[in-house]
Order: sequence, then structure tokens, then C-alpha cells
Amino acid sequence: MVCVGRKSTQPADPEVLQATQHHLRQNLQLWGTAGVSGEEVLRVYSSEAQHLEELIGRTLSLGESNSALLLAPRGTGKSALVDGVLGRLKGRGVLGQGLVVRLSGLLHTDDLQALKEITRQLRLEEAAAKKVFRSFAENLSFLLESLCGGSKETAKPAIFLLDEFDLFCHHRNQTLLYNLFDAAQSAQAPICVLGLSCRLDVVELLEKRVKSRFSHRQIHLQASGDFTTHYLHTFRTLLHLPHSFPFKDFARVWNEDVEALARDDVVVDVLQRQHTTTRDVRVLKSLLVMCLAQLDEGSSRLTPQMFSHAEALLTQDARTSTVRGLSALQLCLVVAMKHLAEVYDGEPFNFEMVYREYLKFSLKSSMQSFEKPVVFKAFDQLMGLELVRPVDQTCRVQREYELVQMMMTPSQVGEVLSQMSGLPTDLQRWASLGLA
Amino acid sequence: MEVCGRDAQVKLLTGLLGQEGTLMPSSVFLHGHSGTGKTLVARHVLQCLGVLMSHINCIEVYCPQVLFEAVLSQLTGSVPSLTTGQSSSISCDSLGEFVHHLATVSHTLGQPRMAIMLEHSERLRDCAANILPGLCRLQELTPDVNITVIFMSTLSLEKFRISTGFMEPLVVHFPQYSKDELLKILEKLRPPTTSEEFFKNYISLVLSVFYHATRDLAELMHQVQQHFEVYREPVVQGEVEEDDVRRLWRNIEPHLKKAMSTVYLREVSRTHYDKMQKLIETNTKDLLPSESIGLDSFSSKTAMVELPLYSRYLLVAAHLASYNPARTDRRFFMKHHGKQRKTQASIKAKERCSSHLVGPKSFPLDRLMAIFYSIVEEEITPTASLFTQLSTLLSLQLLIPSGGDDALQNPKYKCVAPHEVVHSVCKSINFDLSRYTYGQA
Repeated sequence: MVCVGRKSTQPADPEVLQATQHHLRQNLQLWGTAGVSGEEVLRVYSSEAQHLEELIGRTLSLGESNSALLLAPRGTGKSALVDGVLGRLKGRGVLGQGLVVRLSGLLHTDDLQALKEITRQLRLEEAAAKKVFRSFAENLSFLLESLCGGSKETAKPAIFLLDEFDLFCHHRNQTLLYNLFDAAQSAQAPICVLGLSCRLDVVELLEKRVKSRFSHRQIHLQASGDFTTHYLHTFRTLLHLPHSFPFKDFARVWNEDVEALARDDVVVDVLQRQHTTTRDVRVLKSLLVMCLAQLDEGSSRLTPQMFSHAEALLTQDARTSTVRGLSALQLCLVVAMKHLAEVYDGEPFNFEMVYREYLKFSLKSSMQSFEKPVVFKAFDQLMGLELVRPVDQTCRVQREYELVQMMMTPSQVGEVLSQMSGLPTDLQRWASLGLA
Repeated sequence: MEVCGRDAQVKLLTGLLGQEGTLMPSSVFLHGHSGTGKTLVARHVLQCLGVLMSHINCIEVYCPQVLFEAVLSQLTGSVPSLTTGQSSSISCDSLGEFVHHLATVSHTLGQPRMAIMLEHSERLRDCAANILPGLCRLQELTPDVNITVIFMSTLSLEKFRISTGFMEPLVVHFPQYSKDELLKILEKLRPPTTSEEFFKNYISLVLSVFYHATRDLAELMHQVQQHFEVYREPVVQGEVEEDDVRRLWRNIEPHLKKAMSTVYLREVSRTHYDKMQKLIETNTKDLLPSESIGLDSFSSKTAMVELPLYSRYLLVAAHLASYNPARTDRRFFMKHHGKQRKTQASIKAKERCSSHLVGPKSFPLDRLMAIFYSIVEEEITPTASLFTQLSTLLSLQLLIPSGGDDALQNPKYKCVAPHEVVHSVCKSINFDLSRYTYGQA
């Protein structure tokens, strides 16, 4: 609890705070190489980076064609690694003439769009506009030939980065992949095809003719999962303010604070809990953004309380709070459905059955009772919230008789309702009744 | 613009988006019931921070192109209209192009912070699989553009994780307003001519009646506005003092109780509602009490169906065929069916297969006609006109065809007419339905 005692009393300079936010938000971007994460990735995966650098380097300097897949879970730093390697090559001056074409499976959902994008990124729109192409392959080979510019010596090497590689496998006939791998194999022009994916079985998605043209070079990134050496270290580097930060005094105090936080029991507990649920760095970043969001002029330093508050915000159970917001009538229906689910052991039911249960209850209780259309509307809203979902949407029946299922287990309902305060007592008692 | 009772959310959202020039999170997800102030808070915060925003309701988005073009035209501030002869300035039909357009828009406007607000974002799940993940990661896909996407939905985030590439947005949760907060918000509806205390009493009355039925702010606002005139009437006419809450309550109680049966439904406008209430009152005076109940349910439903006589019988026959098990036909429609013994087992069985719970069953045409001939007292010969009436019932969607092996020789039908309709038809032909209904007779 070091920082609490030293919590600064003087209001912080808004300018300093803004600069801090500005800098740290760059670090906490959920992707990419901004800030310190780029160097970090290159350090952790140094051997893979070396491998990749050699591979791309050979394409660039020797005119050799290559293809490879970079496979790792989401948030490990695939794109960051590639960007880092490209940056290093640029720094060494090897990239020189080379062109980088970036495609994303999310953006380019069919091969024509992808081809258009390639043309745009190779800046060959004008040359391509003059010609009429009979096929996709002809178009692509024209683009590659234009890169060659006659002889092998003057050829411009191109690096194709295919983000979300698995989505490209769903394109019709995998034409783009076939042509790219074919060009790489037959050495038309020096190209390097790099696929990035989070699916380990992505090779199995390739058609036979595509697979046979792929070099089967796969680079796997293994995320280190150790808590103290890796996770805490990431935590520190993400929040660290560099020497280049314009406000030196503030940066010094801030960095001391961060070191102290990394030893603080509350913070370590929070981080440990996060770490046991997921090692994804992006979740850690989200947590830290939630902490940063609590900074303002009154409190310019991070405190352990902010971490526990941020954790509470992140781990809030949405379903519980949805149920909490329901009106008493809707809760009655939820309880009725809970009983039905218990009685029929999870079999689907329909509105009429729910309504009958509700009637049984409302006759006995002192609560206001409602007419059927009103109850049906309330039920309809539960359907809209997807707390209740139809089992089978294909069959044509009246809506009252449509078979539905509740998307919560009876025990979940019981748990939520028992925690709620301000419920009508009748309803509370009905909810706690077991199988009678 | 003032935001009531949502201080925590405003603060959190402001903190997340940060001051001018800060990089925004790539997407934020606002989750809460309808009428909990998601849109209000988002608009308020974005305006305060000076973020350029575009506000789209995803119900309109029947294809992604609509979304993209609407966002671009809102961001650039160009409104397509017929009068200027300028249709939507930018045409954009894929996410790839959208990203390019965004980059140019951001460049021409001088790199402002931009936000896309998506209301009812659960609708986007029906779009192409790349739209939702693409929007979550829009900032990653558009380098150098400081853009954030704000999703708003009544559904929780877990219902959105459907396809590959989904990046978890930061969730801001909007809990339902508490009763005190509701009171405070509803007070703002006070007409300027009425005193504060008077209106406060009125609101707590309305809340006490409707709170169990609905916590939806929009619905409560509607009810508050709808009944204020009636509540104020005795005061305006000088019969009751403003602070005599008990007499005012006695005056409005029956009125509110009546309105309870239409909460949520909004079948009628206010003037229409009043007219209908008056109509019922005048009619009930010269009717027997038993009939007046029937009339009440008549007027609130669209139960009246004008049909020829035989069509009515056909409809009733279809209803009976749908809801009675075939094996009981003997008992209901034959003169000498012998005695039925009631056993414990038969009662249990009745309970289990009651069609009134599981819905109508389908029946063959033969059975329908057999029941029809037995419930119509006079002799009729099957003519083509009789079957035309059957097809009229089909086209009115009171009956629906339901398969069957042989659609020509012996088609099968199901009666989907609401119970109210069947009951009113029965009344019009003096047919005692309950005598023939299994489980009730």
C-alpha cells in the first residue's frame, strides 16, 4: 500500500495528465507495434524473428520466392512481429525496392476485391486499366510481370501479407491463393507470401492443388505464460513512461508508482486472477485502459483501488444485470419458466404453459394480476432480450404455441433472484419453492 | 442537455474516450435495457468531448452498403436529398472500400476524432460475417484514423461472439433506473402550469400502479402523459383541492386500473381510447351485466369476423377438430356413445395431452366435414360452394394447410383462429362450445 500513503494532494497539471494519457493509450492499443510492444515482441520471439528476417531478406536481396505461414493464438503478436521485422529490414536498407502488399481476410471478402486492392497497393491502376483480362490468373500474372520489368535483375520484389489467412481459404476455388502460391513456386517474379492466422489447422483448409504449391513452412509463436517473469513484466512495460517523456519529474514519480503497484498485494491479486482466466494480453490491456479511464485531475496517480474497481467493471455478469432490470411481471414469468424447466427437466415449453403457471401463482398471491395480452407482451420482451429463444424457427405455429427454451438454468435464476432485494415477498417465496 | 442518474456511466465513458487528441479505444459496447439512457449518455459525452459522430440505427441496415454510406455522409456532413439532385455522394459497398473512404474523409477533415454509434447493434449479426468483427477492429484496419465504434444493444456481449476475428470491446453497463431515479426523471414532464408538489404526487401514484408491470421509461412516460388530464380534471373544475391526494386517488384509480389492461399494448391512440371507453360506458347502461363483459373484450380485440353462416359452422368445426383428440369424437358427436368411465389414469392423460396447452393439432378434411354435418342441425348436401367457403377460411388465415400425405384427396388443416374469434363466432350462432370441447365438457 505504498502509493495510497503518498497520494498526491496537489491537483495535477491537466497538460501533464493529457500527455500521460496520450502516451499510454498508444501502448495500450489492442494490436500492432505502437509504443514499446514492438521491441518487446522482437525480443521475446527473437529466433522466430531471425527466421522471418532471413526468409524475407532472401526474397528481397536474392530474388528468391518464398511462402510461409505464421500461426499463433490471437493477441500473441503475429502482426507486430512481421511489422517489427519489416521495420528492421527497412532500417538495414534491405527493403529498398521491395513493395509490401497487405491484405486482410476481413476486408477483402472475395478474390476480385483482393485483386483490386493488390493493384492499388502496387500502384498499377493505370497500367491495368488499359488492358482487358480474360481471367483472374492473367490479371495477376500481368501485375507480377509489371513488377519484373523485363529481367530478373531489375525485378522489384513484393511481399504479400495475408492477415486472417483462414478467411482467404473460404474464397471460391481459392483462386487468389492458388495463383499466389503458383507464382511463388514457379518463380515468375520474386514474391514472398506470408499468411497470418490463429487457426492451427489452416493448412487442412487448403485445396489439394493449392496445398501442393505451398512450401509448408510454418512458424509457430509460443506465448510464454509464466506469471512473474512474463505477465508482470508486460504489466510494467505497458505502463512505463519513457525517458523521452517531456515532463521528467512526473515520469519519475509515475514509474516509481508503477513499480510499487507491481508489488502491491491487491494489484497482484487482480492480475493473478486475470492470468488464471486468460493469458491474452489484450484482456490485460483492457483492464489497464479501464484503470486509466479513472484518472482525472483530482486523482492523477494509479491506486490499487482503481484496479479492483476496473476488475469489477470488466467481470460484471451481464446476464445477472439483465435479470435485475426486469419488471415484477417479467420476473414472474421467469420464475414460472424456472419451475417448468424443473418439472419437465429441460424440455421446451410454450407461452400457454407459462401462462398457466403464472395464473396458478397469481390466484394465490396478493400481487396484481394482469390480462393475457399484457402478459404475452411481457413474454415477448423476454424473447427480445434473448432470455428465451424458440427451439425451432421453421415450423409454422401460432406464437403462443411456439416451443421455446429458457437460456438460463433454473439454478442460475434462483441464485440471481435470491440476491435481489425489493422483490415482492410472494414472488420471492414462489421463486425459492422447489419441486412440489 | 442534462443526464439524470447516469453519472457513473458518463464518467466512465468520458474517461475511456479521453480528452481531445487522445487515442480512443477501438470499440465500446454499451449494454442495458431499452430506455436506460445509452443513446443519451453516448451523445452527451461525444458532444462534450467534441468528437465527430455519426449515429446509425441498425434496424435500417438491411445491407452493409446502407450502413457504410450513411456513416460516410454523416461524417462529411453531406445530406443526400432529392431537391439538390445529389444522390448519396459516395457509393461504397464493401468493408474494404469503406476503410479507404474513411481514411480520405479523415484526411480532408484534418484528422478529427470520429465515432460511429450503432444502435440496436444486435441486428448486425444478420449481416455478412465480416461486418461485426470488422467494425470491432475498425481502428486497426484504418491506420492513422482515430475512430471508435460504439455499439449499443439490449443484449449482452456474449450473444455477439459468433464469428472469427471478434475483438472484445470495452463494456459499459447501464443498469435499470431505480424507483427514485425514475421519479426524478418523470418529474421533468411537468407541464409549466401545474405546481411541483401536485405533479410529484401524481407521478408517485402512477408509478405505484405501473411499476410492477413495466420499468421501461418510455412506457411510463407515455402513461404519465396519457392520464394527467383525467387526474387534473376535478381540480380544474374546482371539485377537489390540489392537495387532497386521497380524493384524487379515488377519482383516478378505476381509470388507471383500466389502463393496466393496455399497458405495453398501445393499440389505440389517446383520443381513440377515450372514445372507446365512452362507448362502452353508454352501451353497458342498457345491457345486461353478463353481456357487457362480452362487449368489453370485443372492443379491445379485433375479434369480430364477418362470415357467412356455414363458414362460421366450418370454423367452429375446425376449432373442435383441432383441439379435441380424434378418439373422443364418438363421445361428442354421436347420439348413443355409451357411458364413459372416469378413472384416475384418464384424468392424468387428459392433463398431459391437453391441446389447449400444446396448440392445435392438424386434422384431415374428412373429419372436419363429419363434425360439420353433425353440428349443423339441418340437412345439407356437400356442394362446391361449401368447399369454396373452406378456401375462404384458408385465405383469411383462420385455417392453415398442414401437410398430409395427399394434398388433393385428403388434405390436412389446422385451425389457427384465436380463441376470442371462435368464441365470438359461437356466440353469434348460439353454439355452446364448451359442451363439445374435450377437457371442459
